[in-house]
Amino acid sequence: MASAPSKLYADDVSLVVVLLDTNPFFWSSSSLSFSQFLSHVLAFLNAILTLNQLNQVVVIATGYNSCDYVFDSSSDLNRSFENGRMPVMCSSLLQKLEEFLIKDEQLSKEEPEGKVKSSLFSGSLSMALCYIQRVFRSGALHPHPRILCLQGSPDGPEQYVAIMNAIFSAQRSSVPIDSCYLGSQNSAFLQQASYITGGVHHKPQNLDGLFQYLMTIFATDLHSRSFIHLPKPVGVDFRASSVFGQAQSEAASASDKKRKTPET
Amino acid sequence: MNNGAGRRINGGAEEDEDEDDVNGDLDAWERTYTDERSWESLQEDESGMLRPIDNQALYHSQYRQRLRSLSSTAARIQKGLIRYLYIVIDLSRAASEMDFRPSRIAVIAKHVETFIREFFYQNPLSQVGIVTIKDGVAHCLTDIGGSPESHINALMKKLECSGDSSLQNALDLVDGYLNQIPSYGHREVLILYSALSTCDPGDIMDTIQKCRKSKIRCSVIGLAAEMFICKHLCQETGGTYSVALDESHFKELILEHAPPPPAIAEFAVANLIKMGFPQRAAEGSISICSCHKEAKVGAGYTCPRCKARACELPTECCVCGLTLVSSPHLARSYHHLFPIAPFDEVTSSHLNNPNCKLQRNCFGCQQSLLDPGNKPGPAIVCPKCKRYFCLDCDIYIHESLHNCPGCDSLRHS
Repeated sequence: MASAPSKLYADDVSLVVVLLDTNPFFWSSSSLSFSQFLSHVLAFLNAILTLNQLNQVVVIATGYNSCDYVFDSSSDLNRSFENGRMPVMCSSLLQKLEEFLIKDEQLSKEEPEGKVKSSLFSGSLSMALCYIQRVFRSGALHPHPRILCLQGSPDGPEQYVAIMNAIFSAQRSSVPIDSCYLGSQNSAFLQQASYITGGVHHKPQNLDGLFQYLMTIFATDLHSRSFIHLPKPVGVDFRASSVFGQAQSEAASASDKKRKTPET
Repeated sequence: MNNGAGRRINGGAEEDEDEDDVNGDLDAWERTYTDERSWESLQEDESGMLRPIDNQALYHSQYRQRLRSLSSTAARIQKGLIRYLYIVIDLSRAASEMDFRPSRIAVIAKHVETFIREFFYQNPLSQVGIVTIKDGVAHCLTDIGGSPESHINALMKKLECSGDSSLQNALDLVDGYLNQIPSYGHREVLILYSALSTCDPGDIMDTIQKCRKSKIRCSVIGLAAEMFICKHLCQETGGTYSVALDESHFKELILEHAPPPPAIAEFAVANLIKMGFPQRAAEGSISICSCHKEAKVGAGYTCPRCKARACELPTECCVCGLTLVSSPHLARSYHHLFPIAPFDEVTSSHLNNPNCKLQRNCFGCQQSLLDPGNKPGPAIVCPKCKRYFCLDCDIYIHESLHNCPGCDSLRHS
């Protein structure tokens, strides 16, 4: 699909809503440690704020048991205009993230073995879209919003319907969803999200250089994307995920029940 | 500053002759305020102070009433998702009347375009056809198909109005076409009727009974006045009849037909339908496209059964007739299968209870739920996850997003 067109105001001012995956099951088995990952991400977020004085960044943590906002660059606490210094964001973000992780761990319950350990991606995506709608409502002068997903957890098939609903709503409001997949397999949900909404999807080959991938691919604002060669999708995995988590069929054509029965 | 007024008198002569009698001394910028009655948008509150009318709360309460009426009646109602809809547009003399600005047909054409786009957005697997009635004869303007652009382009070219209108001819034509569609599809007709009469060659009651037997659901939107025959047609076939009062009301009425209507179970028998999910062809591959009949490079879809190339989805394969869709098209309709419950208002007793720990910010957008005076303002709560949301998030969640962020942010045990 063609990339999302930019709206008519302040073409290079952007609002980036970052969905940060904090799933402990994924990070405990990843080659990149969570602290190294955070250092890449914090440098990247500071860089976005430096690109344009009016840029805004919002960070939502996607946990295993809950999701919450951890940082908003436009809130009063995070702005410091004395002496013309740059707003210092690391300390407040890290503190809130730590509080979130402690709360998330406390909500853990006993889970049966063998379930896919996915994070609550649909929840944070829905929250991001609500925030973006609030920005749209704030008047004609607003930055161009986009969503950046930094996910490593595998796809949870029970979230398929919710994620597709969120993707279509984002497509309707012209909000591109960029995604950077940090895990080992491929994520069909992220590929579909970026393809349908006109965002960029990328799976970095070498996670040690994550900062460089983030800066060169995901830092460009929407207006400049028409001049820059970004990675194109080679093939998009469109396989629908059954709500009940069954194995997906390999056959190219499928019969589909079109009877819509009331929910039992 | 009289430059504005002077230029207007030289340029647009006709409008000024009417306005000169009343507003001849006013400048152009002053004229824009003559019709505005800002005192009407004020109201008194309990203590006698003047407040501007709170449009947002009004809008929200109207929205909640609508949602309540929909959810109470339509809790477990089957909906037809594969719809074959014919739009019948009346191009008789009455459609060129100017009671709608600039003319009825211009308003109809504009809103039919919006409707077609909205219809295909909400029902990606459905198909639309357009029929026009002119000089008492009904013509098929576009065949039933799934591409919005072809319908809109064809409609915009043929908007001349003349002659009488004939309801029976239109219904006969549509009945003939709709009898050819597969049995799992829902057959619908939407008639946009401007005339106040119909010139029919035979007995229209027979035609209505024929439509009823063919299980076609006919709805009418009138632009002139209510007519008995339209009302009778809609009652017999199970459709809805409404008459538009003005342009915005017309837009509202026509967009009400975009979401799938409740379906009568016997109308469309539940079947297994064979559908193909084509792969996207690799960039750089060259093949002959079956819809344009010429060679094209890359960026197409190959039918899984006969390997013919199609340009866009959803469509029917020209060679083997298999319905080709991609899974996002099906997924667009899933929110009808898994709807979310309407949220409840936070009662004032709950708000005023000091023991209750209230949530300060809307869970979705982090907007403050407190009044400027630091008192709790209106809020909505989800019955399942007990999170608070603001009024705007409530509307957005139910109309567009169809997910509750609170419920999705909690892991179910």
